Amino acid sequence: MPGLTSANKLSAPPSPARIVAWLASARAWLFLIVLMIFFEGFAQLRLGTTFLFNPFNLQSIAVFTVQPLLLALGQTFVIISGGIDLSVGFTMGFAAVIVSHMVNLLDPEVGPWLSLVIGVIVALVGTAVPGLINGLLIARLRIPPFIGTLGMYGVARGVAFLLAGGTTIPVNNAPLAYFGTGVIAGIPVIVIVALVILLALHYMLSHTRFGQYTYALGGSRPAAVRAGIDVRKLTVWLYVLSAVCAGLSGILYTGRFLAGAAQAGEPLLLDSIAAVVIGGASLFGGSGSLIGTLIGALIIALIQYGLVFVNVEPFWQFVAVGVVIIISVLVDQSQKRIGGVRQDE
Amino acid sequence: MNEPAQQPILEVARVTKRFGGVQALSRVTFSLAPGEVLALAGDNGAGKSTLIKIISGVFRPDDGEIRYNGQAVHFENPHQARHAGIETIYQDLALADNLDVGANVFLGREPMRRVFGFPVIDRKRMLAEAQKSLSVLDIEIPGIDRPVRQLSGGQRQAVAIGRAIHWKARVLIMDEPTAALGVPEQRKVMTLIETLKANGVGVIFISHNLADIFAVADRIAVLRRGILAGERKVADTNPDEVVRLMVGV
Repeated sequence: MPGLTSANKLSAPPSPARIVAWLASARAWLFLIVLMIFFEGFAQLRLGTTFLFNPFNLQSIAVFTVQPLLLALGQTFVIISGGIDLSVGFTMGFAAVIVSHMVNLLDPEVGPWLSLVIGVIVALVGTAVPGLINGLLIARLRIPPFIGTLGMYGVARGVAFLLAGGTTIPVNNAPLAYFGTGVIAGIPVIVIVALVILLALHYMLSHTRFGQYTYALGGSRPAAVRAGIDVRKLTVWLYVLSAVCAGLSGILYTGRFLAGAAQAGEPLLLDSIAAVVIGGASLFGGSGSLIGTLIGALIIALIQYGLVFVNVEPFWQFVAVGVVIIISVLVDQSQKRIGGVRQDE
Repeated sequence: MNEPAQQPILEVARVTKRFGGVQALSRVTFSLAPGEVLALAGDNGAGKSTLIKIISGVFRPDDGEIRYNGQAVHFENPHQARHAGIETIYQDLALADNLDVGANVFLGREPMRRVFGFPVIDRKRMLAEAQKSLSVLDIEIPGIDRPVRQLSGGQRQAVAIGRAIHWKARVLIMDEPTAALGVPEQRKVMTLIETLKANGVGVIFISHNLADIFAVADRIAVLRRGILAGERKVADTNPDEVVRLMVGV
C-alpha cells in the first residue's frame, strides 16, 4: 500500500467525524437561525405581528449587542491564545468613570470636542494599565490567567468605585452623546463605531503575524517558542488588547447613557465569555474567530431581547443563554473526541 | 552514492559533559558526512539525549568541540543551531496542531504581501511553497490546507521534516522518529530518511529498534554510560554485536 492509512480515511465520504466537525463549525449560525425562526414564528402566530422585519427591533438588538460584543472581541484573542480575562467587566467600568470625570473636568476649559478626545485617550491609557499588569503577571510570573485576572477583577472593581465616589457620574458632552445615541441613515452611530472596531480587529486576528501567533500560542506553546515567537511579549499585548477593548466599551456606554458607572460592565463579563464560546472558540485555546464571536454576541442579545418581546419572565434569559453555552461546549468536545489527533495510526 | 572522501558536515570531537557528580559524556568523538545516516544506539541513560542536546545547542559541552561544515561552532541556544542548519526533531514534533501545513512550515517567518497598503500574511504562497518542499521529499499529504491535527502520526513527522528541509537544514537529528507510529507509517518514515540521504542531508537518528537501524543507517555509533563503546559500518556488523556493545559484555 503506497498511501498512508489515514490518508485513505480522510478522503472517505462524509463520516460521523466530518458531520460533527461541520456542526461544530456552523453551530453559531445554526443557533442564530433557529432563534430567528422561533421568534419570528412566535410573533406571526401568537401576536399577529412581525419581529425581524421591524426596524425598531433590529436597531434595539444591534445596540444591545455593542457593549458585550466589544468585551468579547478582546476576550476572543485571549481565549484563542489559551487564556481567559475575568477582569474585563470592571475594566470597562473603570474606563466609563475615567472618561466621565475627564470630560466633566475639561469641557468648560477646552470645549466639548477636545475634552472628549483627551478623555478618550486618558481612559484608554488608563485601562491599558490593568491589562498590562494582567499580562505581566501571567507572562512573567506564570500566574494562571484565571487567578491573575480574577485578582484584577477585584482591584479594578475597587478602584472604579473609589474613583466614582460610589455613585454614577452624569456627563454632559454633545459629541459623546452623538457617538452613544446618534443615528445615521437608520443605523445607530454606536453600532457603526463597533463595526469599525470589529473590522480592525478582524484584520489583526486573521491577516497579521500578531493574530497568527495568537493562534499558534493557543495551539501549542512549545511550537510557538520553537518558532522563535516571543510568547511572553505576545501574552502581555493580548491582555492589554483585551483591556483596551473593555475600555472602548466603557466609553461607548458613557455615551449611550450619558453617565459613567463603575458597575457598567458587571453583568457583561459572563456574556462576553459566552459570546466567544458560542461563537465557536474552544476554551482550551487554538480556535475561534471574531465573526463567530459577533454571531455569539448577537445570539445572546437576541435571546435577551426576544424573550422580553414574547413576554416571557426575564429570568428565563439566563436559563436560555446557559443552555446555549452548554450545548456549544458539548458540540466542541464531541468534535475533539471524534475528530481528534490520530497519533497512533 | 556518498563519496567516502567527502568532508564531514558535522564533527564531534572529545565532547565531555558532567552534571554535578555524574559523568554524562566522556570524550565522545564521531563524524557525519553529508548524505550519511548515522544511528545512535545505547541503553537508557547511556548519554544519547545529552549528546544530541549538545549538538543542537541546548547544552554546552564542558570540554571538547563541535565542528560544523569544517568550522568550530559554539551554539548558545537551539535557535542558533537551527539557524546554522542543524535541526532536531523531537517526538513531540513542535507543531501547532490547529494550524495548517503551510502555517507550520512558516511559523515565525511568514511571508507578507500588501493589500491596500496593509501588510497581510500571504497564505497562498505559504501553502504553495510548503507543497514544493514536501514534494522534494516525495511526501504526499492530502489536504495541505487542513489543520495538522487531522494528519496521521507519520504525516505529522513528514511535516516536521519538510519544515526543516524548507529552511535548508543540512544536519537532521531525529529522536525516536518511529516510536509512536504503526508499522506502515514507520516504513514511510524510513523511506523518508532514504530520501533525505539522497538529497545530501546528514541524518543522526536515535532508535531503540535495531531492525530500523539496520534498515536505514550507514553507520552505528553505540554509547554506553557516556562513552563511545563502538562505531561500526552497518555492512560490517550484526544486531548481536550491537547489543553486546550496548550492554558491555
